Parts: sequence; C-alpha cells; structure tokens
Amino acid sequence: MEELANLFHGFAVALQPYNIMLMIIGITLGVIIGVLPGLGGANGVAILLPLTFSMPPTSAIIMLSCIYWGALFGGAITSILFNIPGEPWSVATTFDGYPMAQQGKPGEALTAAFTSSFVGALFAVIMITLVAPLVAGFALRFGPAEKFAVYFLAFCSFVGLSKEPPFKTIAAMMMGFALAAVGLDSITGQLRLTFGVTELLNGFDFLIAVIGLFGIGEILLTMEEGLAFRGGNATINLRVVLQTWRELPAYWMTSLRSCLIGCWMGVTPAGATPASFMSYGIAKRLSRRGNNFGKGEIEGVIAPETAAHAAGTSALLPMLSLGVPGSPTAAVLLGGLLIWGLQPGPMLFVEQKEFVWGLIASMYLGNLAGLIVVLTCVPIFAAILRVPFGIIAPLILVLCAIGAYSVHNSTFDVMLMLVFGVLGYLLKKCNYPLAPLVLAIVLGDKAEEAFRQSLLGSQGSLNVFFSNGLVSTIMVLGLIALFWSAIQEGYSRLRTSMA
Amino acid sequence: MKPFVLNVALAAIAMSCASSTASGAGWEPVRPVEFIVPAGTGGGADQMARTIQGIVTKHNLMKQPLVVINKAGGAGGEGFLDVKTSSGNPHKIIITLSNLFTTPLATGIPFNWKDLTPVAMLALDEFVLWVNAEKPYATVKDYVEAAKKAPAGSFKMGGTGSKQEDQIITVGIEKAIEAKFTYIPYKGGGEVAVQLVGNHVDSTVNNPIEAVAQWRGGKLRPLCVFDAQPMAYDEPIADGKAWKDIPTCKSQGLAMEYLMLRGIFMSPKATKDQIEYYVELFKKVRATPEWQDFMKNGAFNTTFLTGADYAKWVEAEEKRHEGLMKDAGFLASGN
Repeated sequence: MEELANLFHGFAVALQPYNIMLMIIGITLGVIIGVLPGLGGANGVAILLPLTFSMPPTSAIIMLSCIYWGALFGGAITSILFNIPGEPWSVATTFDGYPMAQQGKPGEALTAAFTSSFVGALFAVIMITLVAPLVAGFALRFGPAEKFAVYFLAFCSFVGLSKEPPFKTIAAMMMGFALAAVGLDSITGQLRLTFGVTELLNGFDFLIAVIGLFGIGEILLTMEEGLAFRGGNATINLRVVLQTWRELPAYWMTSLRSCLIGCWMGVTPAGATPASFMSYGIAKRLSRRGNNFGKGEIEGVIAPETAAHAAGTSALLPMLSLGVPGSPTAAVLLGGLLIWGLQPGPMLFVEQKEFVWGLIASMYLGNLAGLIVVLTCVPIFAAILRVPFGIIAPLILVLCAIGAYSVHNSTFDVMLMLVFGVLGYLLKKCNYPLAPLVLAIVLGDKAEEAFRQSLLGSQGSLNVFFSNGLVSTIMVLGLIALFWSAIQEGYSRLRTSMA
Repeated sequence: MKPFVLNVALAAIAMSCASSTASGAGWEPVRPVEFIVPAGTGGGADQMARTIQGIVTKHNLMKQPLVVINKAGGAGGEGFLDVKTSSGNPHKIIITLSNLFTTPLATGIPFNWKDLTPVAMLALDEFVLWVNAEKPYATVKDYVEAAKKAPAGSFKMGGTGSKQEDQIITVGIEKAIEAKFTYIPYKGGGEVAVQLVGNHVDSTVNNPIEAVAQWRGGKLRPLCVFDAQPMAYDEPIADGKAWKDIPTCKSQGLAMEYLMLRGIFMSPKATKDQIEYYVELFKKVRATPEWQDFMKNGAFNTTFLTGADYAKWVEAEEKRHEGLMKDAGFLASGN
C-alpha cells in the first residue's frame, strides 16, 4: 500500500493553488489546440515547453500533461460537429458522431464523447497507479513482429465489417497504402514516388489528407444538397448532459472492452489511433445494434473515444518507465523531462517519487477538471450548428486552410488539402468508403516498417510472425477478425443443414 | 511543423514580460528568428534546439523571439532545402546532425553544406557500443568473438534511420572485425535502446543520452566509445562506473571512430556582422549553467569551433562521410 500513500502525497502536491491554476490553464489551452485541426497536442506542447523551463518540473509537467488531456477532449468537438477530425484518433469518432449531430443530437454525441474519454482516462490512470511496474515490463516483449501483428489486427478488425462492396473497400485501402508509401522509405533511406518534387519529400501527411477528405469533401456535399446544415434544431441546454448520462450505463460492456483495448495499445506502445479504430471495429461487430453503426449510433462514439483516451493516458507509462514515448505528444514531453534534468527510465519511479506521483495525481485531477470544463461548454459547442451554413462554411474553410498550413508551414499543403477535398467528394459520390483509405494512410507506413524490420531480423522467414505465443495469438485474432463474416455464414449454414 | 503564428505570439508574450538588455553595435535581428530542426520532435537535435530556445528565453539573450520549427521530411532534406532557398534572410538558422552529409549523399537531393553559411559547432555527440546486461560479453573482445562466431547475418544491430550515422558505424565495425551483421533501422534512438533491453536486437550504438537511463537501471552495458579519447565526465552513473571509465573502442581493438556534429548554420549570403551576432549568442548560451547540465546529462564532447576552423572541420568530415558511404554502397545513383 506504499503506492497509495505516495498517491495521496501526490494529490497534496497537485492540489497546491499554483498547480491547480496551471491545470485549468493547461486544459483550456489544450481544448483550443485540440479543436484547431492540424495544431495537434504534440505541437501545442512543443510550443509551450520552453515557457515552462523556469517552473519547478512537477508544476511544468502538470501543465503540459493537462494540455495533452485538453487536446484529447478537444479533438472530438470538430469531429462531431463538422466531420473534421482535429486529431488522428478522432477519425473513428466521426463515423457515428457526425451523423448524430446531423440528426439534431450534437449535445448527446458530445456528452457521450467527453464522458467516455473521461472513463477511458480514469481506467488507464487506475491501471498506472496499481500495476505500473508489471505492465511496463510487458512493453519490452514487443519487437517488430509483435508490432506488425498489432497493426495487422487493427486492419483486420476493420476490413471485414464495411457494408460497401468488399472490392471498393479494398480499392480505397490500397489507395491509402499507395499514398502512405510516398516520401522517404525509412528502411532503405531512399526516396519513393516523389518524382523529384521536393514538396513531396515528407510524403502525404495524414492530417492534410483527413482535413481535405472529410472537411472540404463534406462542405462540397452540403453545398450540393442545398446549403443546409442539418443540425440546426439542436437542443441547447445542460439538461441534455444529464439525459445522456442516464443512457450511458447501458453500454458498460463496450466501455470496459474499449478501456482494455486502449490500455493495451497505449502500453505496447502502438498509440491511440489504432486503439480507436480497433475498438470501433470490434464494438460494431459485437454490438446487437451493429448494423446501425455509421448511422448515428451512440455506441459508435463511446467505443473509439474511450479507447483513444485510455491509450493516450496509458501511453505515458512506457514513456516514464522505459523512456519510449507511446505517442507524438509523449515524445515531446519526454524531451521536456530530459531538459528538466529528469531521466525517464527504470529509475525514475525510485528516485523521483514526488514528481512521478504528483504527475499521476494530476492525471486524476486534470481529467476531472477537463470533463467539467468541456461538459459545461457542450451547449455552446452545440449552438455553433445553429449558425447558418452560409456563414459557418467559409469559417470552416478558413479553419481547414490554417490547419493544413500549420502542419508544415507550407502553402503547398493547402493546395494539397483542396485536391484531397475534391477526391473525398468524388469517392463519396461513387460510394467508396473513406475510412479504410484513412486507416491505410495513418497506419500503412508504420505497418510496412514493422513488417520489413521483422523480415530483416528473421532473414526473410515469415515464421517470425508465429515464433512465440504472444505474436501468434495476435496474428490468429487478426485472421479470425478478417474472416469473421465468412465464419459466421459458414456456421449458420451448418446449423440450417443440421436442422 | 510548428504553427508559426501562435509560436510567435506566445514567444512575444514571454519576451514582453522581460526587460530588454542593452547590447553593443552591429547587426541584430529585427523580427523573430526561425530555428529550423531538420528532424522530428523529441529527437536529439530537437531536444538541443528546444533547450537553447529555453535558455535564450529564460536568460533574455535575444530581443526578438527564437522560434523552433521542425522540418523533418526526407531525412531532414526538407529543412536544409528551406534554409538553402532563404538566401539573404538572416532570420533563419538551422541546427544540424550528421544528416547534413548523409541525406544529400543517400537521396541525391540538390543540397550541399556549402550552400549554407557555417556559424558554430556547439558540441559533438558521442556514440557508445551497448549490449544487453544479461548477455555474457563483458568486454569488446568477448563481443567481437561472439559476433564472429554467429552465422553470417544472424547478429542483429539496431539503429536510428537508414544509411545514416548508426548504419555507417555498423558498416565500420563489420569492416574492422570482419563479421556480417544485420542492421535493423528504427525511427528513434529511445526506441532502439528499448529494443535492446527487450533482446530484439543484439547490440546498438546509441548516443549516451538515449541509453543512460537503461544503463542506470541495470538493463544495458556500455562496452566502448567511438572516440579518440574517453569521455570527460567522471561522476558515477551505474555500478560505480562513470562515462570516463568506458574505454575507447580503438584501445579495445575495434578501430572505428565516429562523432556526430551538433552545429549551427544560417541562410546563404549572410554578412560578417550577422554571423558574428549568432556566434556571440551561442557563446552566451554555452556559458549558462543549464547548458552545462545539458552537456553533462548527454555526456557530450564540448568542442566549440567557429569561422574558418569550423568550415575546415565540416569539409574534412564531408570527405570522410563520402568515403565511408561509398565503401558501404550507400550513395544514391547519380552522385
């Protein structure tokens, strides 16, 4: 129970008025950063990092990690209201969050998203408090083969479930892989598919593709459908929060499953993005109302948000205990730790107790503060949808352009965003699903890298993916997910023939 | 990768809180200075740039804000080309690592360090040969024997990036001991160290700062340093051993030396006054206790060079990289 005593000591540190003030500033800044597409949590933390050098390290990390929580909360807002994911892990939230907003239920969707985020984070923090050393060791077992298996599982849990014709899904996914391949090949150090265009050195950034495909594409579609925003009749009072809360406990199973997926992905560390996709895919498959997913099902908001937040929070564990960041933001925080003279790694928990437990206590308090801040703002966010389309559309367009520009400070990216917008519009008109394309852009190069690293290590033998219990289990789970519908069909046929 | 406007706004707020210091004649920045990092956030170069930014802000060393911007695309090529095309703009400086040489050589992008104006060498980063502490080899000799005994290609070396410093050193070791390794590239140095702790690779050549935590935690063991003399820091780190106690690889019969440049360049066509301003600035940065702590934590070699000495050093190093990369077969076709 030494941990609990440490934790209470941590609360005493985090509850100093100065630290509480930093916490609230951090959350507010984080929400703003999360709302602006392109300006992700990693960027926000990186910009503010130098300003914290004069603070004590514990206060500094409290403020910076609160920015991180704030950004995790904020990412959901634009996904639900405008179909523009502010962060990579909010993409899966758009699938059901945006339809809900269009049906006049933005308040419900936002409340569900924020609350699930909180639940996911809380679950992850409790895990960090109780079993930190145990779980940290688990991450060490993940070499390239295990990582590839995780990505494989993320793809497979997503492929089998699309309602669109399978060939369209595959076509969209392959297009995503092709786009992900542009730029520097990290295994051979060669440039691929850049055709000498220096702007393409960086490849196609995921954020620019998503802002274009979803944001601009959506505006084009809405224009065609008569310039009307369909969320106009949204109820805007705080009662909607309480009403939604009454519904949420019914989905405890989805929440728990998503928490587990999120913690697993955060610790390994694969990150919040595969966690949110995987959680959405599995929820759709296992839910009784799975067929309604994509049409505005509240469960389709709960699953990805819970998992993303659980992963985002537990990603700090490998950072602290091993020095491996589980997310881009964690990478920047890691740099901060080094600058403050704190050495992340196995000794941090032993030598810097006050810092570590102060941070963990601030995770509890920061998320609670974040939840209160964003929930009170739900009516305000929802009211945005009442603004006439003619006014809001140009604003969204400007926001998208700023977002695309700020990813690499490049005007080329703004043009690219518009091209992706047209592409998104065309694909939607032809009924090609966008989700597999986006999934492939986000995870394609990582999966490829892990695959090739594994094969380098095994000198070309595919057996490496079945070489130990851990990797084999994940691969088999992936294969089951891939052929799930075929298995189901076979099973029901078997039953009818038996009868 | 940094949103410039917000960056500037925040930095401006920070600066306005502080009183300005008087300084002598000569050139001074009249608007915010962009500090380009040709690598991603969280890496070694990025950490150094952000530490400098923090020191400049805290000690009020500049009247204008210093704004760190990551341009990591194409193994840093994006950042170098950006500075190259900003000819005559004295408000842009760049921090370099070995990709100053390796990126143009390996990818063939139209860039050479001579396109930029050299300002100062801030430090040199050391490379250390690491193995997992569970492994039986306690000395370089044991390690070399084990590597030679293993079937060709089954001994795995992990490193950061492809055809960059870590892989160049690996090829150098292969040559020196006549063994064949399989080199596995990863995205970042911290990840490489953890892969070694998890026994997914057999050895690494991590920079001190990337692996020190695992050394202190008893997970990794340093065998030797790829420098001409041992590192200068004698404070004990783990098991009563200090950085100073790690022998040089050469003294252990592994003839390979490699140090990585952490230096500053600025846009082409800078005037003497402008170069002088930045040299003075970095001299002030180097004098702060924060910088000295940073050097100690990362066990850096603190050689400081400017002007012709610096240019001469870079030129010699470029030749050496060309030779090393040619021998290893890493040159892009057409180079």
